[in-house]
Amino acid sequence: MAEFEKANSIGEWFDQRLNTSGFWRIMMTEYWIPKNINFLWAMGALLAMLFTLLLVTGIFLLMYYKPDVNMAFDSVNYTIMQEVAYGWIFRNIHGVGASVVFLVIYIHMFTGIYYGSYKKGREMIWLSGMLLFVLFSAEGFSGYMLPWGQMSYWAAYVITEIFGGIPFIGDELVIWIRGNFYVADATLTRFFMLHVLLIPLAILGAIVFHFYTLRFPHVNNEEGEFFDYKEESEKYLAGDKKESKVIAFWPDFLSKDFMVISIFMIFFFYLVFYHNAFAMDPVNFDKADGLKTPAHIYPEWYFLWSYEVLRGFFFDIAGISGKSLGLMAFGFAQIIFVLLPWLDKSPMVKPANQRPVFKYWFWLLMADLFVLTIFGKLPPTGINAWVGFYASISFIVLFLALPFLTKLEAKMVGGK
Amino acid sequence: MFSLIVGLVVAVVLLIVNIVLLKISFVPKELRMLTIISIMVGYVYWGFEPFAHHEMHPPVAQASYEFDGKADVEALEEQAKEIEAKGGDRSALNEEIAQTKEFWANVVSISKLEANVEAGAELVVANCTACHSIESEGFPQLMEDADAAAAYGVTPPDLSIAGRIYDANYLAAFIINPVKAMHIEHKYPVTGNKVFPMPGSDWMSNQEIADMVAYLQEVASKVDAPAVVDGASDFEIAKANNKEVFEAACVRCHAMDYAGIEAKTPVDVMREYIGATPPDLSQHIRSRGADYLHNFINDPQRKLLGTGMPRVGLTLEAEKQVVDYMEQIGDSKKQEREALGPIVLIYLTILAVFALLWKKQIWKKLH
Repeated sequence: MAEFEKANSIGEWFDQRLNTSGFWRIMMTEYWIPKNINFLWAMGALLAMLFTLLLVTGIFLLMYYKPDVNMAFDSVNYTIMQEVAYGWIFRNIHGVGASVVFLVIYIHMFTGIYYGSYKKGREMIWLSGMLLFVLFSAEGFSGYMLPWGQMSYWAAYVITEIFGGIPFIGDELVIWIRGNFYVADATLTRFFMLHVLLIPLAILGAIVFHFYTLRFPHVNNEEGEFFDYKEESEKYLAGDKKESKVIAFWPDFLSKDFMVISIFMIFFFYLVFYHNAFAMDPVNFDKADGLKTPAHIYPEWYFLWSYEVLRGFFFDIAGISGKSLGLMAFGFAQIIFVLLPWLDKSPMVKPANQRPVFKYWFWLLMADLFVLTIFGKLPPTGINAWVGFYASISFIVLFLALPFLTKLEAKMVGGK
Repeated sequence: MFSLIVGLVVAVVLLIVNIVLLKISFVPKELRMLTIISIMVGYVYWGFEPFAHHEMHPPVAQASYEFDGKADVEALEEQAKEIEAKGGDRSALNEEIAQTKEFWANVVSISKLEANVEAGAELVVANCTACHSIESEGFPQLMEDADAAAAYGVTPPDLSIAGRIYDANYLAAFIINPVKAMHIEHKYPVTGNKVFPMPGSDWMSNQEIADMVAYLQEVASKVDAPAVVDGASDFEIAKANNKEVFEAACVRCHAMDYAGIEAKTPVDVMREYIGATPPDLSQHIRSRGADYLHNFINDPQRKLLGTGMPRVGLTLEAEKQVVDYMEQIGDSKKQEREALGPIVLIYLTILAVFALLWKKQIWKKLH
């Protein structure tokens, strides 16, 4: 072992042992981000912030929550909301945070789609991001069950029932997932385990991986421009910051992130204090009752679009039952976003509005997702069922058409 | 359908706004982007919250506290129109409408009579106190709640403050025909053999009914406000007053676990009485909300046709006290929340200003 000089400061003491200054340089002051970005590039840091809020409030909630069908409801709505000092604020932050984190995930995701940030070397960023989306969905779903209200129970019932549609093993699979023939105590305790241990662990790992995937292909920029990072970073280090196309992660990039987060937090805490019913459904303040089906069962808003794809097929087509078709469409909707880098055959890495064909596809997809989300909550009767059906078909057609449309675009722009 | 078209028109307008926003170059680009995203988020929010709730829970007629039968007749007319629209026969309802009009016209005429409190006192003692207690006047409850429930079919309410919390017209209607006043004809049909625990007093004269109602009002006016500890806050005093009304109006059937209140009538007797298990009301302020509760309590059938919950005839003031109490128990941290909210938001606004200045300072060197 090399001989150590006596350290003159605590910083130096750690530096000798952990190379903290080198680590700081690599991770922060010489981690290069393109300068040509807008506030949408702060969504990642905002998500990290929201996840931290969820994690911290979750830890506090865990101190009083009781995963038992006889105690869960009251442990949340009485113990935490009324007895524990400021327990209500932890619950409100956690409940609203869970909903808002999906809003930001969707903005983050569609920013990526809009700017083509999943192509030409950035496939792993996209894939690890979609992995996080799946994990957050599982986390949201399992967490929604824990207060053991009516919607907790019936959403769990309906969603676990979906697996029953899988050929051959469906029925057994549903029992295996629930740990019982119906949604019961065993279901609650296992989803509790998933919610507080397994999925958060996986999320933490996936976040680290997602950050890592950004390291080599670098973050995309507003114009989809490719440039030499080495050259640009040398300009920056030489003091020519104004000319350089890159900025340092710290303090340049993070100062902007911090600003966006601070502004967003005003909106977030407004929701926490004054407007939280959208995230904590009133129906869920009725205790779970397996004998009393609520008049309307619907998932949280962020699952509505895929829920609508699931129930959009309400009649048999060509001898295949509507239920099976819905299930197939639902499966399609779950995996199709993952394949986006390979469905987009156009070489253009540009914001959608500069792409001659893709821009129409992008806005049509957005419109279709809006329709699916809004109709996903409405009772599926009369005209609503048909709107849901055509919106579901449109969703599938849009993705099936994407390779052809983007090939056409590639031809139009001549490989640029 | 109409709201769908409105939604579609709004969507098209917003789309045009968005396209225009994309083109206006004198507004900073990031501000335009933020506006476009806010419009999209706002539109989706409108769709899955206010719009969806409006579609799932269509608005109903406004609550009425007159108890003159107008709302009852209107509700029946609505039903008749619906039946007619479906090509059905409304003649059975026509008869009911005529009866209802007559019944309430009579009730209104009772309210115009000159009442005699002493005569009312004699009538109440002779006709009511065999089953009902009036604790404040020295008529105690003779049996335990559960025994009373078993004996009568439901625990009879104490009448000490009945004259204050129930509307006078409603009380008169109730004494004449409780099932009709409560809107539970579907649970106790005239032709059925199930008999409502309290017999109607349609054999009494209008004057006698008016005297009894006047006596009950006189009794209620003499009841002292519930005791509170010395130095209790306004909030605590209001809560004690509200609790008194809640206990008189709701607790015969409903429990309120979070306030430590048990229902006076056991669940099995309730099932016999009304054909349902009344829910615990601890979280109803969260699960239903104040608006729904007001509309529902005023006339349960209007919100939930066929429910076993009777119309109890609370005055507007008493009903407010009931809903307030449900909020004081079910959302007990509301005051704390509303006190803390502005402080947090002001703190965050100051933070955001400093964050903005810091960012500007750093980015000055970059551009």
